[in-house]
Amino acid sequence: MTKMPHYTSTTNACKLCKPIGASLAFRGIEGCVPFLHGSQGCATYMRRYIISHFNEPIDIASSSLGEKHAVYGGGANLKLGLRNVIKKYRPLLIGVATTCLTETIGDDVKMILNEYRQEFGGDADHPEIVSVSTPSYSGTHMEGFHAAVRAVVEQMSEGGEKNAVINLLPGFVSAADLRYLKDLFADLGCALTMLPDYSDTLDGQALNDYPLIPEGGTPLAAIRKMGCSRATLELGRTLPDITAGTSLRDRDDVPLHRLGLPIGIRETDRFLAAIHEITGIAIPARHEQSRGRLVDAMVDGHKYIFGKRAVIFGEEDLVVGLTSFLAEIGIQPVLCATGGKSGNFAKAVSAVLAGTKCDMPEVHEEVDFYDIEERAKELRIDLLIGHSKGYAFARREKIPLVRVGFPIHDRMGGQRILHLGYHGAQMLFDTITNTIIAKKQDDSDVGYSYM
Amino acid sequence: MEPATVLTERQGQIHRKGPAPFAMECNKDSLAGAVSQRACVFCGSRVVLYPIADAVHLVHGPIGCAVYTWDIRGALSSGPELHRLSFSTDLQEIDVIFGGEQKLYKALIELIDRHHPKAAFVYSTCIVGIIGDDLEAVCKKVSAEKSIPVLPVQSEGFKGNKREGYTAACKAMARLVGTGDISGISKYSINILGDFNLAGEIWLIRDYFNRIGIEVVANITGDGRIDDIRRAHGASLNVVQCSGSTMDLARMMEKEYGIPSLRVSYFGVEDMAESLYEVARFFKVPAIMKKAREVVREELQTLLPELNRYKKALTGKKAAIYVGGAFKAFSLVKAFRLLGMDVVMVGSQTGTEEDYEELRQITDDGTIIVDDSNPLELSSFLKEKNVDIFVGGVKERPIAYKLGVAFCDHNHERKEMLAGFQGMLNFAREVHGSVMSPVWGFVPRRENAND
Repeated sequence: MTKMPHYTSTTNACKLCKPIGASLAFRGIEGCVPFLHGSQGCATYMRRYIISHFNEPIDIASSSLGEKHAVYGGGANLKLGLRNVIKKYRPLLIGVATTCLTETIGDDVKMILNEYRQEFGGDADHPEIVSVSTPSYSGTHMEGFHAAVRAVVEQMSEGGEKNAVINLLPGFVSAADLRYLKDLFADLGCALTMLPDYSDTLDGQALNDYPLIPEGGTPLAAIRKMGCSRATLELGRTLPDITAGTSLRDRDDVPLHRLGLPIGIRETDRFLAAIHEITGIAIPARHEQSRGRLVDAMVDGHKYIFGKRAVIFGEEDLVVGLTSFLAEIGIQPVLCATGGKSGNFAKAVSAVLAGTKCDMPEVHEEVDFYDIEERAKELRIDLLIGHSKGYAFARREKIPLVRVGFPIHDRMGGQRILHLGYHGAQMLFDTITNTIIAKKQDDSDVGYSYM
Repeated sequence: MEPATVLTERQGQIHRKGPAPFAMECNKDSLAGAVSQRACVFCGSRVVLYPIADAVHLVHGPIGCAVYTWDIRGALSSGPELHRLSFSTDLQEIDVIFGGEQKLYKALIELIDRHHPKAAFVYSTCIVGIIGDDLEAVCKKVSAEKSIPVLPVQSEGFKGNKREGYTAACKAMARLVGTGDISGISKYSINILGDFNLAGEIWLIRDYFNRIGIEVVANITGDGRIDDIRRAHGASLNVVQCSGSTMDLARMMEKEYGIPSLRVSYFGVEDMAESLYEVARFFKVPAIMKKAREVVREELQTLLPELNRYKKALTGKKAAIYVGGAFKAFSLVKAFRLLGMDVVMVGSQTGTEEDYEELRQITDDGTIIVDDSNPLELSSFLKEKNVDIFVGGVKERPIAYKLGVAFCDHNHERKEMLAGFQGMLNFAREVHGSVMSPVWGFVPRRENAND
């Protein structure tokens, strides 16, 4: 397992920083403005990074700390920034995430926010404020994302009389994935609170006016009642020990079901079975039919991809799901790599491969693209699967890259890539198979016009 | 209460040209909570030094700062491409507690041994400024061991805005200047400062200068090389483009080596021609001026007829400009005028009082002039002026697109060559290709207009 050399320096990281994950999660809540407590650059850089994937506006406010704040504390600027955001955006919620600067100078954000609430909380149009600690030197964007979701639940939801709603904590998936999950529950006729939901806020329509805050997002009223729900479904096999799901379970007795991202057949089967078990609702025929069509397509295309060797990189849970799917279609995952370090990655990969004939691939946490490339060169690979930052490597080695996840900075429509469910698997299957067919066709001297 | 598009504190940074006296408040710290489009000191340093292609650029800090600046500039190199790699020390909690100097030292040694660069730049980030790592000492030590310049860049993000970052970058480069052999450099020689070789622009500009008999000693920093910068003091003149990103270096070189400087712009036909004439005038050699006129004549002969085709289609269309430095805005105002278009809004992130006075002089009555703006303000200006095309960078793009306004990317991420005579034609094509697209016929803004 430790074939990967360990370098001190990082080259071309395969992870992002914690506050960007929190900002993305906050963006998926109704009326919420993400707010970074730190210097101006962080917010601007993250906006740029997010915009280049979603092609959507994303306003992330900042307390814009300067040198004197770094010395004397950023409390005053945090309060000023909150007031200005309220004046300009009229938000229902402000999600404050810290940065490495404010964590290191020791700003006590909880205390500053309490002071702020005492000073201004009486105002009629005063929004709620939640805060999350996201020092960039500890964890990746995924930890930031999960921490923000947990902070929202812990600081906003309340217990109470139970209802029939299902809480769904999908993790960091695409806008198309979120729409799929919502449609699924609509098909089931099952009430759903999905947190977060940026399927509209980060993939909106053409408008006549610039939205102060785009419509959509998880309704605040629904978040407040998450403690009353019948159950929580939390997606991800590499999640931290304490999450929004465990908080709801431990505090409000909401039963927690943790499942992998429903990528490919078996993980989707498990996901739908869990929903059926919890709600007693039969899965509509439409979804069974999608599964049938997927299997049919897999048969049609299996010969073109059998035995191909793939490197999968990116966020741990996405990689785990994709690995599971590749094992189902006869592609051998040879290297699973992530910049994260949940400590659960290898275990999760092994779990999703159980029962398949697929060999256990090399699995590496805490690696960058330099490491991935160095290792992959020795593994004789046919395919890269991951976000667009793998392109440099793909180009150098003349290996095709199938783009999934975040970010997709060099193609249109990253937010509309569907990964989840049988439908997502169908799209992935077609894309992967066609990528391999196209490579063979392009490289061929003949250039056959039939497969 | 209605949301405030323009916060009271920001009103002094927005002017509508008219009879009222003009006094722009600028060069202020960004207002907390205003969602400025500005980045930070680190960003300023990083973008200036970025194109130096044979140096290691190591970002000493948590991963975010490095990862958001990985391969972000369209700055091309004719040789090595070290600048396109994203190096970081990826500071972790333990480094923040015990200090990152040892990790920095090891990372530097590792990267220098691996890549054999001509020099290394080490960028300080917010957190390094707080934990107090002695960059200077580590760099000195590594420099002595590896016998290459290892230069600290004091770019802690919170210590001002992008401008301070420019200064920090110039200070780092100033340490290189004067350390190379200058024998054999022509009397008629210049350094090109403030062009970053986006899409290969500096090659075009160098070609113009070569054609009029001028030797270019160092590109600072487009397609830049450490050895060229080391002998930059052998040039007779510094030709500086861009709003001050490299002006500090020119000032330092004037003081230290008595090298005078000219400010020029290569955007637009008029400014490009004037740049060549100004350099020719400086050298007071009739043959150079004669050749400059010839170059301009030759270039315009092919350019103008083609430009006129675009002008026909674009005349009367309204343009808005929001760019990083005001100097680019001057040229864009003129370039739009050449295309028969009206500039109705112009602004910059970091303009000075003199810059805004110049903008006032060259714009028409009623034009909105703005400093350090933000998405809500910009979108309100686009609507108020019923703009046809907005020119800016990635962060401005979704503002335009969401409202159904055409867009031209004129920032450092762009992949189109917009400088020089050829660049003016590309610019016209870019503007035309966006403004004339049929897609605007479907956006709500125009649909409603057609009712």
